[in-house]
Amino acid sequence: MPKEEAEEYLEAMLDLSAGGKAVKTTALAERLGVAPASATEAVQRLCRDGLVSYEPYKGATLTAKGNEAASRVKRKHRLLEVFLTRVLRMAPRKAHAEACRMEHSLSDETEEALCRTLHGPQSCPDGDPIPPCDLDVESCAACQAARKPAARREGRGAVPLTSLRAGRPRRVVFVRGGKSVVKRLCDLGLTPGTPVSLLRAAPLNGPVEVHIRGCNLALGRAIADKIFVESDGAAA
Amino acid sequence: MSCHGEGPAPAQREAGELVIALVGNANVGKSAIFNQLTGLEQAVGNWPGKTVEKAEGVLLHDGRRIRIIDLPGTYSLMARSEDERITRDFLLAGKADVLVNVIDSTALERNLFLTVQLLGMGLPVVISLNLVDIARKKGILVDAGRLEKALQTKVIPTVAVQGAGVHELVDASLAVEGRPRRWTPDSLRYGPEIEKRIEKLSTLLSEHRTRQPPRWLAIKLLEGDRRLLRRLARKDPRLPDAVGILENECSELHREPCSTIIASERYALVGRIAGSAQDFVSDAGRKNADRLDSASMHPVLGYVIMLAVMLSILAFISIVGAWVATGIERAFESLNPHAPEWWGALLWNGGAVGLYAALGVALGFLLPFYVILSILENSGYLPRIAFLMDRPCHAVGLHGKASVPLITAFGCNVPACVGCRIIENRRDRLIATFLSTLVPCSARTAVILGTVGTFMGPLWAMALYVIDFAIIIGLGRLLHRTMKGSSVGIIMEIPPFRWPVPRLVGKQAWARFRPFLATAVPLIVLGSLAIEGLRQAHALDEITAWMSPVTVWWLGLPAFTGVLFILGILRKEAAVVLLASVANTVDIPSVMTPVQMFVFALVIMLYIPCIATITALGREAGWRLAGLITAVEIGLAVLAGGIAFRVLAPLL
Repeated sequence: MPKEEAEEYLEAMLDLSAGGKAVKTTALAERLGVAPASATEAVQRLCRDGLVSYEPYKGATLTAKGNEAASRVKRKHRLLEVFLTRVLRMAPRKAHAEACRMEHSLSDETEEALCRTLHGPQSCPDGDPIPPCDLDVESCAACQAARKPAARREGRGAVPLTSLRAGRPRRVVFVRGGKSVVKRLCDLGLTPGTPVSLLRAAPLNGPVEVHIRGCNLALGRAIADKIFVESDGAAA
Repeated sequence: MSCHGEGPAPAQREAGELVIALVGNANVGKSAIFNQLTGLEQAVGNWPGKTVEKAEGVLLHDGRRIRIIDLPGTYSLMARSEDERITRDFLLAGKADVLVNVIDSTALERNLFLTVQLLGMGLPVVISLNLVDIARKKGILVDAGRLEKALQTKVIPTVAVQGAGVHELVDASLAVEGRPRRWTPDSLRYGPEIEKRIEKLSTLLSEHRTRQPPRWLAIKLLEGDRRLLRRLARKDPRLPDAVGILENECSELHREPCSTIIASERYALVGRIAGSAQDFVSDAGRKNADRLDSASMHPVLGYVIMLAVMLSILAFISIVGAWVATGIERAFESLNPHAPEWWGALLWNGGAVGLYAALGVALGFLLPFYVILSILENSGYLPRIAFLMDRPCHAVGLHGKASVPLITAFGCNVPACVGCRIIENRRDRLIATFLSTLVPCSARTAVILGTVGTFMGPLWAMALYVIDFAIIIGLGRLLHRTMKGSSVGIIMEIPPFRWPVPRLVGKQAWARFRPFLATAVPLIVLGSLAIEGLRQAHALDEITAWMSPVTVWWLGLPAFTGVLFILGILRKEAAVVLLASVANTVDIPSVMTPVQMFVFALVIMLYIPCIATITALGREAGWRLAGLITAVEIGLAVLAGGIAFRVLAPLL
C-alpha cells in the first residue's frame, strides 16, 4: 500500500478513535469516501504492518506504533496549515487541502524547522491542538534557545565582527574561511547563534580579542574578518 | 644552556599496571595534577601549549603500580597542530585504561565540549573539576553532583596546584577500571536529524570489529575526520560514500558544513548541562582583571609596558650578574694559594678558575633569568605578548603564537624548538624553529653580558641584541618569501592573569637550573683542566694556530679564541667561562681589545646552535634540516663577525 494512502487511513483512524474506542471499517470508508471493501482490505494490511490491531465485526484500533505514525502526520498537517495561513496568507479551506497533499512528502527535519520558525504553535488555525514533537526538550523555549534560530534570519544584516567597535555581545550568524580554521573556531565555541563580544583590536590590522562562552580568545585579523555577526538592524 | 625537554622513553607495560591518561583543554592544570601524583616536574605555567610532548610517570597507590600519562592539551579530538596530534593518536591507539578528564570550572561549556567526545570513546572516564577555587573567586559555583548526574560519570572537584582532590582521582579511577559505560544517557544525545544519521552510520560500522564504539566513530566521521575515514575505509569501502551522502543531507538542511552543525548541536547540549550544573553568584574582581587586560593589551600602552618589562629584565640580570660574578671571583681569588709547582698552577688555573667562573655565570646570570622566566610564564603575560606581537610577527611570515616559543628561547633554545609544535602548519613551524635557534638564550646572554656588558657597557650589549634581532627578522623575511604557503593566523586563548605561586616558580626555576649544575659545571671544570694541561704541554698553540686563518685573519681575534669556539659547541656559556683559562687571566681587557670582545661575543651568539639544540632540531625538523641550519648559522656568524671587525676596528 502506498505510504500516502496508509497515512490517510491512520490519520482518519486517529480522528475517529477519540477516547480509544475501536473504529468500524464502514465509518472509515465513509470518512475517506471509499468502498467499505477497500477500507477493510486496507485495515488488514495496516494490521500486518503492526500499525493497527483489527478484530472483524468489532473494529480497528491503533497500536502504539500506529498511534505515533498517525500523530506525526497529524502534526505535519497542522503545522503546514499554520504555515500556509499565517505566513503565506492562504484561505483556510485551501490551506487544508494543500496540507493534506503536502503532509505525506514533508520530511521530519522540515517539520522541526517549520515548528521552530513558527515559534512552536500549539494549535492549528481551526483551534485543534498540534501533537507535540518527540524531541528531547522540555519546552519549545528550550528548543528555541538550544538552536538559537534568531541568528539565521536569512541574508539580513550580517556584518563582519571586525567592522564593529568593542562593546556588547552580538550573535554569530556564520563563519567563513578554511575548513580547519572554521572547525577550530567551532571547537572553541564560535558556533552560529553564540553571543560573542569584541574586547579590543591591536593596531595596524593586528589581531582582535573576543569574549565567548566565558573565555577570551585572540584571533588573527584575517580570521576575525570572516566571522559574521548580527548587525544592529537584525538584533532589533 | 641546555635544558632537555625529553620525556622518558615509553616503558613497556607491566602486568597488573593501570594506565591513567590526563586529558583536557590547554592550560587547565593537567601537568600540575601530573606533578602532584608522580612527584615529577613537568613544566607548568599560565599559557596554553606548554606541554607539547606526552610525559609519563609512575605512582604506587596502595601497592598498585599506576602509570600516569600527561597529554598535551586539546580542544577537540580533531588534531590541528602537532601537539594535539600526539594526544589524538595516543587516545585512538587505546593505550589507556582510564581517562581522567581535567576541566576548567571557570569555562565549563568549552571544557565539556571535549568531555562529551571523550565519554563516548568506550573508556571509563573520571572528571577532575579543576580550578574550583578560582571559579569560586569569579563567582561561579559548579555543583559536582549535578554534573555527575548529567554526565553519568564520576566528578571530583580539585585544586591541582595545592594537590586537593588529586588522590581521590586515583581512587575513582581504580573504582571504574575496566567498566566503561556502554550506553549513552539521553542528556548526551543530539537532535533527531543528527541522531538519525549517526544511527545509520553506526549500523554500517557495527558490522566490523573496531577499537572504539560504532556510535563514537560515526560521530567523528560525520564531523569530517578524514584521517579516520581513510583508516576505516580499508575495512569497509562503502563508508566514504555513505559519509558523503549523510554529510550532504545535513548541510543541505542547515546550509552549514556538517561539522559545524555537529559542533553547534554539541555546544547546545553542553550548554544545557553546564547551565544546569553551575550558578553565578557575583562578578566580583572582574573589573580589576579587565583593567589589567586593557592596559597590558592596549594599542600603545601595551607595547610600552612590554618594552619596559623586557628592558628591565635585561638590566636587572646584567647588574645582578656582574655583581655576583665579581663577588664570587673575589672570594675565590682571596683564597688563591699561588702554589709555584706545575700541579698547583694546573689545579688552580684549571680547576678552581673553571669552577668559580662557572658558578658566577650560573648564579649571576642563569638562576635570576630562570626565576624571571618562570614568573612570566606563571603570570599569564606570555599570551598577551603573543597578542601584541601578532602583527609584528607577520613581517616574518609568522603569527603571534610563534612568539611564545620564541620568548622561551631566551631561556633555552631546546624547549623552544620543541615548543614550536603548538604552531599549526608545517611551514610556519619550520620558520619558527629555525628562528628560535638564533634567539639569544640565557647562555648567550651570559656571554654577552659577561664580556661586552661588563667591560664595554650596557649600550654595546644592547647593540649585540639589536644585531641579532635584525638578523632574525631579515632571515625570517627571507624564509617567508622563499617558502611556499601562507600562515593562517593566530587562534589562541588568553587566560586570566594569575599571581605566580612562589613555590611553583622556585620549583620550576630549579628544575631548569639543576641540569646546569649537574652537567655543565663538571664539564666546564674538566674543559678548563684540559686547556690548562694543554697549555702546560705547549699543545694549545698548535690547535689555535690551525684555526687562526679564520679567527686571527678574518675575525681579528686573538689566536687563543679558536679553542673556545670548539668548546662552545658543547655549551655556549663554556666559551665565556673558559675564556679566563685559555687567556690565562681573568682580566679580559688585558688580552682583548673592545673590538675583539664585541666580535667574539657576536660570533659566539650566532655561530652554531649548541649540541643540545642541534639534537632537538634533528628530532623536530629532521637531520638534514638540522645540518643545513647549523651550516647556515656558522656561515652567518663568520660573515657577520668579519664585517663587524672591519667596520668597528677603525672606529674604536
